[in-house]
Amino acid sequence: MSEHTDCCFCAANMDEQAKYEQIAQVIDTYKEKEGSLIMVLHSAQQIYGYLPLELQKFIADRMGLPLSEVYGVVSFYSFFSMTERGRHTIRICLGTACYVRGGKKLVDALEEKLQVKVGGVTADKKFTLEVARCIGACGLAPAIMVDNDVYKTMSPATLDSMLNQY
Amino acid sequence: MVTKINSINDLNQIKAAYEAELGKYKHQILLCAGAGCISCDCGKVRDAVVAELEKQGLADSVKLIETGCIGTCALGPVVLILPERTFYVQITPEKVPALIESHIAKGEIMEKYTFQDKLTGEFIPCIDDIPFFKEQVRIALRNCGAIEYASLEAYIANGGYYAAEKALTSMSAKDVVDEVKASGLRGRGGGGFPTGVKWEAGYNAKGDRKFIVCNADEGDPGAFMDRSVIEGDPHNLIEGMILGGYAIGATKGYVYIRAEYPIAVDRLDVAIAQAREAGLLGGKLFGTDFEFDLEIRIGAGAFVCGEETSLMASIEGQRGEPRQKPPFPFQSGLFGCPTIINNVETFANIPAIIKDTAAEFAKVGTEKAKGTKVFALAGDIVNSGIIEVPIGTPMRRIIFDIGGGMIGGREFKAAQVGGPSGGCITKENLDVPMEYDALIALGAMMGSGGLIAMNDETCMVDTARFFMDFIQDESCGKCAACRIGTKRMLEMLIRLTKGKGEPGDVERLLELGQVVKDTAMCGLGQTAPNPIISTISNFRDEYDAHIEDHRCPAGVCRALTVFEIDPQSCLGCTLCAINCPVNAISGERKSPHYIDPALCIGCGVCRDNCRPNAIHPTKREVL
Repeated sequence: MSEHTDCCFCAANMDEQAKYEQIAQVIDTYKEKEGSLIMVLHSAQQIYGYLPLELQKFIADRMGLPLSEVYGVVSFYSFFSMTERGRHTIRICLGTACYVRGGKKLVDALEEKLQVKVGGVTADKKFTLEVARCIGACGLAPAIMVDNDVYKTMSPATLDSMLNQY
Repeated sequence: MVTKINSINDLNQIKAAYEAELGKYKHQILLCAGAGCISCDCGKVRDAVVAELEKQGLADSVKLIETGCIGTCALGPVVLILPERTFYVQITPEKVPALIESHIAKGEIMEKYTFQDKLTGEFIPCIDDIPFFKEQVRIALRNCGAIEYASLEAYIANGGYYAAEKALTSMSAKDVVDEVKASGLRGRGGGGFPTGVKWEAGYNAKGDRKFIVCNADEGDPGAFMDRSVIEGDPHNLIEGMILGGYAIGATKGYVYIRAEYPIAVDRLDVAIAQAREAGLLGGKLFGTDFEFDLEIRIGAGAFVCGEETSLMASIEGQRGEPRQKPPFPFQSGLFGCPTIINNVETFANIPAIIKDTAAEFAKVGTEKAKGTKVFALAGDIVNSGIIEVPIGTPMRRIIFDIGGGMIGGREFKAAQVGGPSGGCITKENLDVPMEYDALIALGAMMGSGGLIAMNDETCMVDTARFFMDFIQDESCGKCAACRIGTKRMLEMLIRLTKGKGEPGDVERLLELGQVVKDTAMCGLGQTAPNPIISTISNFRDEYDAHIEDHRCPAGVCRALTVFEIDPQSCLGCTLCAINCPVNAISGERKSPHYIDPALCIGCGVCRDNCRPNAIHPTKREVL
């Protein structure tokens, strides 16, 4: 079982310039690979936390692409965010199995608990709340993913013990 | 592994060494480390087992093996102990000391921790006697849950890479194409196109560069077969892609895998590195002139990228929008080169076909569709998880024998097959063989293999709304038919679920659905109306109830529903009142309770918590 490093956490400890340098390094390692923009954006978002327009300009320049192309890709895919995110991302699965087994109730409960709407960031910048389209944990429905960890058969009553781990 | 693998002798040596190593141990403990069991904290169970073996002085006689998904996701963490083949379920760190002492040290099976049949209450210790496993035939999943997922040696010891060796050293590319053609294998990603025919087109295509691509963008809600294959047997996918590359003449392969599957990405990454180190990727293979390498590309959360032309655009680093066909990918695909795209499960069948011959493979299945199909069972079913059965197995057997029936003994209403592109199968059609053509005849489709069982508390109008909400959100917007059509259909369905439906809505839905089917550019749009058409043709009465009577028979659509308590059956346990989010329920302990319809929001929490089943939906009189 692999351990996932918490990239949002390390990002908080790094200054702006260091982050840009690290992203530049990533771009250089992908130089020889065709069509690697999406992979670069994944890494950049991990390092920086999100993909503001300034950073997109930097990536476009460094990769020799028009900014419109980078922006077009960033705005197309739901994984990429142009606004600052919480330190952790909560994704409530609303795939069929989770929906059938009460995923919507979890959305209502979490919105209430965290005082934030789906898509928003909590006031303390701790969590971004999102819904997901099936995380493939249908056998464990309803499921919630926090960063890379899956919490199974959740109910409004078990949300606190999940949140307390962060 | 340090030495490069160049020949069958090298494979034999590794196999013998691994078997000798396993032979040193009296027992093997197989611990499921599929994503399901990981989220049930199987890591803590592993640590407990290691510590306990050490403590009881058994570390030298027991080999602990972490496997991929064994299949029974609802019962995790699960453990299989060999050689007795005893299957223990829902193991916690607290249960480990007693289990080790009893089973390993004393040789006594600990029956109370083994699988229990929900219907009979009987414990079934041996995995081979459990109906969930007994009815399965495993080809694509043959190593999944049976071997150490992270070990190249374990894969080789179970016959891995022998097919690649055989093909590269003794078969021509054309031979491989012909063998796959003869096997009758059809694409497992949804379309069901004959794989051999596809490969032949790739083989015949002219081009300096060709690509073989694996579609691991398993986005259908309710499907998790591909994830299980990659997590549990990553080398099987790699070997399948080597064979595909060899057959069509591609030296480079891409695996496009969705970002929602971080564990699968990690494990495949490790397996690719192992294969490179052993000389099975990244250069000339098995002393031949055939070169091959693989690269992982990660998706970014767009469902449409499961469509092959969108997928290629995404690998190229662009917006994942579909392209017009023709040209087909085998003519002009990735980076403008001939490209063959197959699904994970399709590739997972290839090594078995080449190693054991097409004739052997074709012994399983039906006349028109050979082999097996992996299904992901989910929804209101007892044994949710991953299964593999011969194609043509009746749905009834899958749901009731393997799946263990419906949770809480509730009535089966329908099963959604093929995700948001598929349709529903009703109880009248439960005996349908699960086979491409038979399902299409019923307005469903095999799809990638997601099978969601729904009980009588499911509203089919709401289900159609759910799928349309999904598709509408995931429509890339490139073609008007899909962009506008799905939006309009969704608006109509939302109206219906709010009691604002009008006579003629059903006909409008069907007409618009047909237009979208006929005119959308890619598979996503062309199949988008299927859940609507399928639910209308099977459950027209529910649509009519919503439109004419403003009533939701299943009690799901909140705007139309209030709940009421049957005073005859109510035990007065107060559970409903405690859980009601709006305090609409009143009553004394041990006497019948009452729900105030003016306060009830129709959420159904009370019904979920009612043990004697005394709470039923009824029509909301004031909308």
